[in-house]
Amino acid sequence: MMQQQGNRFFFNVDWITVLIYIALCAVGFINVYASIYNPDKAAGFDFASSYGKQLIYVITGLILGLSILLFDGRLFNVFAPFIYGATLFLLVVVLFVGRNVGGNQAWIPIGSFRLQPSEFAKFGTALLLARYVSTFNPKFRDFKSIVIAGLIVLAPLLLIMLQPDTGSALVFLAFMFPLYREGLSGYFLLIFLGMIVLFVADFLVPTYVLILILTTIGGLFIYNNRRKQKIIISTVLVTMIAIAYLFVVKIAYEKVLAPHQRSRIELMLGLKADNKGAGYNVIQSQIAIGSGQATGRGFLQGTQTKYGYVPAQSTDFIFSTIGEEWGFLGCSVVIGLYMFLLLRLINLAERQRSTFSRVYGYSVACILFFHVFINIGMTIGIIPVIGIPLPFISYGGSSLWSFTILLFIFLKLDSNRMGFI
Amino acid sequence: MDQLFNRKYIVQGLFIVIALILLGKLFYIQIISDKAFSSAESNVLRKIYKYPARGAILDRNMKVIVQNEPVYDLMVTPNEVKPFDTLGLANALEITIDDVRKKLKKARAQSNYQATFFERQISVQSYARLQEIMYRFPGFRTQDRTIRHYPDSIAGQLFGYVKEVSPTDIENSEGYYKPGDFIGKSGLERSYEDFLRGEKGETRILYDAKNIAQGSYANGKYDVNAVSGDRLISSLDIRIQRLGEELMKNKVGAIVAIEPSTGEILAFVSSPGYDPNQLVGKDWGKNYMSLIANPYRPQIVRPIAGQYSPGSSFKPVDALVALQDGAIDPNTTFFCPGYYMAGNHKVKCEHVDGTINMQRGIARSCNTYFCHVFQSIITKNGIKNQRQTYANWHEQISKWGFGQKLGIDMPFEKKGIFYQGDHYDKIYGKRWGYTTVISQAIGQGEITSTPLQMANVMAAIANRGYYLKPHLIKGIGDKNVVKKEYVVKNYVGVDEKYFPIVIDGMRDAVNSPWGTAKESQIPNIVMCGKTGTVQNPHGKNHSVFIGFAPMDNPKIAIAVIVENGGFGGSYAAPISSFMVEKYLTDTIKPRSNGYTVKAFSETNLLPALIDKTKKVKLTKLDSLNLKKTDSLKRVKDSLKIKPAIIKQTVATKPKINKPIVNHKPVTNK
Repeated sequence: MMQQQGNRFFFNVDWITVLIYIALCAVGFINVYASIYNPDKAAGFDFASSYGKQLIYVITGLILGLSILLFDGRLFNVFAPFIYGATLFLLVVVLFVGRNVGGNQAWIPIGSFRLQPSEFAKFGTALLLARYVSTFNPKFRDFKSIVIAGLIVLAPLLLIMLQPDTGSALVFLAFMFPLYREGLSGYFLLIFLGMIVLFVADFLVPTYVLILILTTIGGLFIYNNRRKQKIIISTVLVTMIAIAYLFVVKIAYEKVLAPHQRSRIELMLGLKADNKGAGYNVIQSQIAIGSGQATGRGFLQGTQTKYGYVPAQSTDFIFSTIGEEWGFLGCSVVIGLYMFLLLRLINLAERQRSTFSRVYGYSVACILFFHVFINIGMTIGIIPVIGIPLPFISYGGSSLWSFTILLFIFLKLDSNRMGFI
Repeated sequence: MDQLFNRKYIVQGLFIVIALILLGKLFYIQIISDKAFSSAESNVLRKIYKYPARGAILDRNMKVIVQNEPVYDLMVTPNEVKPFDTLGLANALEITIDDVRKKLKKARAQSNYQATFFERQISVQSYARLQEIMYRFPGFRTQDRTIRHYPDSIAGQLFGYVKEVSPTDIENSEGYYKPGDFIGKSGLERSYEDFLRGEKGETRILYDAKNIAQGSYANGKYDVNAVSGDRLISSLDIRIQRLGEELMKNKVGAIVAIEPSTGEILAFVSSPGYDPNQLVGKDWGKNYMSLIANPYRPQIVRPIAGQYSPGSSFKPVDALVALQDGAIDPNTTFFCPGYYMAGNHKVKCEHVDGTINMQRGIARSCNTYFCHVFQSIITKNGIKNQRQTYANWHEQISKWGFGQKLGIDMPFEKKGIFYQGDHYDKIYGKRWGYTTVISQAIGQGEITSTPLQMANVMAAIANRGYYLKPHLIKGIGDKNVVKKEYVVKNYVGVDEKYFPIVIDGMRDAVNSPWGTAKESQIPNIVMCGKTGTVQNPHGKNHSVFIGFAPMDNPKIAIAVIVENGGFGGSYAAPISSFMVEKYLTDTIKPRSNGYTVKAFSETNLLPALIDKTKKVKLTKLDSLNLKKTDSLKRVKDSLKIKPAIIKQTVATKPKINKPIVNHKPVTNK
């Protein structure tokens, strides 16, 4: 069997996933075309234009993906530390030689091409994490393994924060899920969820009310478990930490976040109405999507997206073109494609014999999930504006290629699922 | 491991929950709420309006009396403006650079995205110059629209004026009008606004986020062409209108002429008048201020807003109502010693006629006769029932239109004063009788009427018992639609058989040697009429004449009031005779008494203006008089009327003498 695999590169590849990948790339190309389409200059196909470039990116991306299938899957396991190290190195380099685009020191210019290391850091981190888990099989019961896994994730995260590119950094939180799958306590997820809830609540409800609520809940919990001393102590501890967190958040919010980030959060929470300034993007994006109604205005018929009302049209806000021109129907199809892909990736990950492949598969699915959720959520105003691309659809070579590499490495690993890596 | 395997479902469950949240929000903004759709429309669509031409107005002989002429406005959309050659634009418009800056600032203050006026009505030369260099001024464009033109330059109060809508107009119209629209503010322009304005056209243009036009929306599918306003046919005969204004030159007063068989108003003269073209276009403000600064107050529409005592011209109505009432018969005579004693108050008569009958009483305008008539009516059921008989009488007189608006198609019509009995109850308790209100017998005291009401009375007499609602527009639009209310006969409640004797008296007033208007006889035409002389405490009496002609099958009924004109026979009657003759024969033959239109036109009867110091004295004196004399002599003349038009538009009121002044006992001729 091993022999067979070695001779036939594409044996056992999950072609359904490849088809969904191609479908999403096609959706991307069509909408990038639509978002920059200009009826006055519609003559001929222009490779110098954004949609021309996007077509090149898609084609080269596909070639890149297929060529990844040519590698021996075991190489990724072997080279994981090197790849991770290289991406970390690039993340450091970019802080010094990076080109500043839109306030972020995120790009390394290589000739006429610009490389965005943060995109590649994702699969570097995923590989090393998979390697760590598969090698030491830690189960995350002890403090040490949690710290090591945390460091693997936090190192690139913090470097990206320094660019500063908060959006891309947030995506690294997706690694919580693969760790959870591998045994990390569910409390970590709950604590994380609790932190988000408290963070949001801290803005909407006066702090003393929150303190009251927290102590009440804690009190009730202690009363119910009044015979168990251990639970009482930990409850008191958790409640106090939660209350302290409220104040830390308030202070951190003022001191750490940049003004534009603060206003984005306030806009999302409805604390501030700003139609012209920071709120402009979100409002225009929602108007564009909403005006698509059930079936959309039709291909190339969007007015909001066509006439420049929605900024970052072909990149971060590409979903507004889909919403306007294809309506609820089109949005459902796109979200449906993503869901199909994500659920399938989880299923594929679960059928792996090797822990390395499973952890990597989970990482891929969860990174994609974070991107999709944050990006679409941002365009329809349920998440603050966080500038990260919509996988396979947003315009741009770096992101498309990095997602392709991310995905196709997993497909290669999956095709090897019968073997042990 | 099995336990951890289950965590797969938690992760996948989370994916699905999040996907459903996204779809839920999308469902809300795309399908449930349509707010986004309308916001999207207002984002990209700008409506460019095309202004319709207002409807033209023709006179009864189909001569154009109100028309349009094209003008060009320079519009600017401030945020499309790029730095430009300020001097070049200033030179083209013949204004200073400072003006250009000021105007741009003003436009910016109004709106950054909408086109607003930069300069209104630029001259044809400026327009021509601009056309060549327009490309140098992005953000600017010229817009053509039409403004009113009144070729005859007369009848300013009648036509009214058109002006840009005020914020109040916009609010009241519930969104019909938009800033920059025009609206009829007074006169016919106001009352027929709905027909005259037409329908605005609009072109929908797509704009991008930088506010640069991207072509028409949906290939112009929703674009609408402007529809011109309806053409109106006026009942006016511009020939006698012009003659009337000519005759009333240098006089204060009014003329109303009506075609009795239709209620169509043939002439509607308010003097002093003004050229309606003054209130068109960009000089509006300047000219309007000078108009309202005019002490003779040309802005008052005297035919409907001037309230005068009808004076003796009320007597024919008095006679007809008395005949119908049965209080007297056509042969009833009274003895006139030259006065009539109402209690201890003496009503004087100009003549001592001795025993006098109705026909001659009308021709001679005998006050004594009509005081007796009034006494007969009010006391016919005995002294105790006077208040009841007064109520009956009031009701009968009201049928002629006194004390109420006739509903002419002009805004701001006044109804005049004609009190019911309870008004006197309030002043005198129940202790009043015919002697208290005797002055009404001769159209004086607490009864006033507009010239329109007086002319309408004449139309009713000419028709022998009914009138049609007087109106100025007899046909609307291409189909000449006539309002239904204008063909309804309004009966005044007097049988036809009572009219001949009164009409004979009115004929004699003009055509007999003893008539009060014998100087106004028209060659070959029998005009019937009645003079009136209304005493005026400020100066000379007001001259009043009402009449109709010809006697049989009348074609024109007329009312003329000339303030400070003295006897009714001296100015109002001759002016009426010229109007009537011109209307019936289209010429004016030489008169045996040598009266000419020119002579009347040149006569100046404008009252001397009372200066402030003198005015204070007068007011005191008047208030003393007021207490001494009967309460019934208060009369407002038109110079004292609060102008309705001014009240609503301009706060400043011309400073002129105070309104309430009493009248002395009245002598009628």
